[in-house]
Amino acid sequence: MTKKPLLVFNDKGIYCEKADVYLDPWKPVDKAIISHGHADHSRWGHKQYITHHTNVPIIKHRLGDIAVSGVGYGETFTINNVTFSLHPAGHIIGSSQIRVAHKGEVWVFSGDYKLEDDGVAVPYEPVTCHTFITECTFGLPAFKWVDQKQVFDDINSWWAANQAEGQTSILFGYSLGKAQRLLKHLDSSIGEIFTHGAIENMTQVIRPMLDFPETKLITRETTKEMIKGNMVLAPPSAHGSSWIRKMVPYVTGSASGWMTFRGARRRRAIDKGFVLSDHCDWESLLTAIKATGATKIIATHGYTDIFSKYLREQGYDARTEQTQYEGELSESDTKQETAKA
Amino acid sequence: MKQFAQLIKTLDSTNKTNKKVAALADYFTSASDKDKVWTIAILSHRRPPRPVNTTLLRSWASEMANIPAWLFEESYHIVGDLAETIALVIPTAKQSTDKSLTGYLEDMISLKKKEEAEKKQYVIDQWLQLNYYERFVFTKLITGGFRIGVSQKLMTRALAKATQLNEDILAYKLMGNWDPKTISFEQLILQERASDYLSKPYPFYLAYAIEEDVSDLGDVQDWTAEHKWDGIRSQIIVREGELFVWSRGEELVTDKYPEFEVFTKVFPSGTVLDGEILPFANGQIGTFNELQTRIGRKNISKALLEKTPVIVKAYDLLEWEGQDIRTSPFLERRQLLEDLVQSLDLSSLPLALSETMTFDHWDTLAKERDKAREMHSEGLMIKRKQSTYQVGRKKGDWWKWKVDPLTIDAVLTYAMRGHGRRSNLFTDYTFALWDASGEQLVTFAKAYSGLTDTEFRKVDAWIKKNTVERFGPVRSVTPQLVFEIAFEGIARSSRHKSGFATRFPRILKWRHDKKIEDANSLEDLKAMIPK
Repeated sequence: MTKKPLLVFNDKGIYCEKADVYLDPWKPVDKAIISHGHADHSRWGHKQYITHHTNVPIIKHRLGDIAVSGVGYGETFTINNVTFSLHPAGHIIGSSQIRVAHKGEVWVFSGDYKLEDDGVAVPYEPVTCHTFITECTFGLPAFKWVDQKQVFDDINSWWAANQAEGQTSILFGYSLGKAQRLLKHLDSSIGEIFTHGAIENMTQVIRPMLDFPETKLITRETTKEMIKGNMVLAPPSAHGSSWIRKMVPYVTGSASGWMTFRGARRRRAIDKGFVLSDHCDWESLLTAIKATGATKIIATHGYTDIFSKYLREQGYDARTEQTQYEGELSESDTKQETAKA
Repeated sequence: MKQFAQLIKTLDSTNKTNKKVAALADYFTSASDKDKVWTIAILSHRRPPRPVNTTLLRSWASEMANIPAWLFEESYHIVGDLAETIALVIPTAKQSTDKSLTGYLEDMISLKKKEEAEKKQYVIDQWLQLNYYERFVFTKLITGGFRIGVSQKLMTRALAKATQLNEDILAYKLMGNWDPKTISFEQLILQERASDYLSKPYPFYLAYAIEEDVSDLGDVQDWTAEHKWDGIRSQIIVREGELFVWSRGEELVTDKYPEFEVFTKVFPSGTVLDGEILPFANGQIGTFNELQTRIGRKNISKALLEKTPVIVKAYDLLEWEGQDIRTSPFLERRQLLEDLVQSLDLSSLPLALSETMTFDHWDTLAKERDKAREMHSEGLMIKRKQSTYQVGRKKGDWWKWKVDPLTIDAVLTYAMRGHGRRSNLFTDYTFALWDASGEQLVTFAKAYSGLTDTEFRKVDAWIKKNTVERFGPVRSVTPQLVFEIAFEGIARSSRHKSGFATRFPRILKWRHDKKIEDANSLEDLKAMIPK
């Protein structure tokens, strides 16, 4: 009889039958281990949530009064002889890879991750395993990130140049993760940093854990003159809304991995695209996979078919599993997309 | 090259026309004269012939990126632009080069004649010493039409700003045949040139569509109307016994219409007509579909000339006896045109007059428009009697008033990712109608436009979830979504699976309210063919 796999993909999520627990389930379940706070990974309706300490206030802010317990990185907990532990994924603050081990067999689910230290999230650490379940949102050789220092230099000079022309800079980024990463590296000597409500609220949740430059929430009382020449951080959904009219004259920018494509920027009618992602680029994915030592690879979201075909050619036992995490589909929803990437 | 690539990067960094014009004007003030000429040439689609075919470029790029060819192809379908894909996948440059744009274009001209190995070495050497934007521009210059979201009109505006010359005069100077290899900026822009006057067309005057009520145009007595012919807008030039035929795309197409050679015998030197080239088999105006058999051909055979003869339906006279008469009122130009045409024996000439009509009421005009389809026209052109012949698309004096399109409800069956601003989105769709049995869906048209960006994103997401099969870049999808497709005309065609060709099909509306059983049939389509 073939041994049952430690983790299976069913209609609710990634399931460990032995421990009766789900990893990032997309339908309500009894017990869920959550990799990070983005909406497609931490959904509403589970009876019990287990996640990293740092992520606890974040998902409580998003999901309200839920039963959640926090654990630290590397701390193990056992359910019916299956050992679980969380390890830094470097995607956003509080994001984890989830390690699952039973009788010497080790699986790791990456959640979303990136290799570069972004100065906000605890940096990614490779975890040795036999089977690695990996995202591949940017699993195409066309994606190649540059050091974030260079990107932030570009962003700050863009801001300074806009200011010199009397224009306000509006920078779009998802309210959890990208916004704080931008905030952390904006040069506040250039001017003041204003925020949209969604970003301000999330940042307030994270402030007790990390040091950020001062931000000012844009309210009804905020006048045009106060904003002029300064920086505004806003979620992508604010683009084209009436909220933004107060900023005239303004220039828009978007910080996302999708900005790699000239067409992606043009169709969103964004002035300036900055290629800055919280996911792995092509080379990082290959590096990360190699570092796990895994021979079995399961690609969950992104350009999964292409990526796993390539891995098979490289000698891995690689396949694709359908999930409801935002991968290729993320193109369909600007909000999520520009955002999380 | 650095300066030109920086220009493209700056143009890419703004969505505002004024900023684009300012960036281009800056460039035209600071670049070397030679680079300026090449930039004008590139942005007006006069790049040198392609020195390397794209199959070779693809294989060299995969090799450089150390990825299999299939992975390069997949990436290309997602990125949606070959030069961009190449610039993205090959490793980051470790060196740099100061070679000028002109230097690169001269290289490309001489490269065309070289052996493959030499071409490869050259291209790879460049890729490895150009940064991302330079590499993108360099490859784009090799691969094809340099379309980067800067129109010729925008470029001309910037040039006017930089040189303080009148924009319309510049547009005229940039028309026609000039060779960026030999011409100087001084000669092209600043001097008067008698030599190329001979073949030079005038910039076409283009009309906007009427969107409001036609009676808003005011007193009907001020206007004249004619049918809007569905052919190829052209200028017919006869000067010093030579004929030049220009299409609206500023392409010299004299060779494609040998039957027009006869005009050199009957028009006086210094005659320029504005008109429509139309298929005219058996003395009847045909469909655009028939004309297409003439457009695509390199060699115009005798059989083809007999099968699909063409005529010019003339509607305006721009030059008469060597004088540019564009500033004369339309009625005066028309009188000269009519005098000319009436003096000729039309039975032996591929020439006809586009009849003008005057009206007492806008209602009568609307009735004439309803006849458009049986006349094989697209609707009406409404021109102010006193209008001058202007440059480019201008509002005010000329309007097009097209007949409402034909529409049919069809089922989405296949999809492909788009290009340019639609890269990585499934936006190119194939639509089908029911066959006679009502059991099979038969492909009848492809359409790429008509949905809003939000709708495209929704359909894109739906396609990704409802893919049945993949055939390279094409996906077949579960037949489920119904769209109302609009088109300008329809004709029988043996080249189409359905047996019909539609003219300019586009999506009018996503019919959320309809199931696939409610979609139309080929029979319904057939019934739309004008009798």
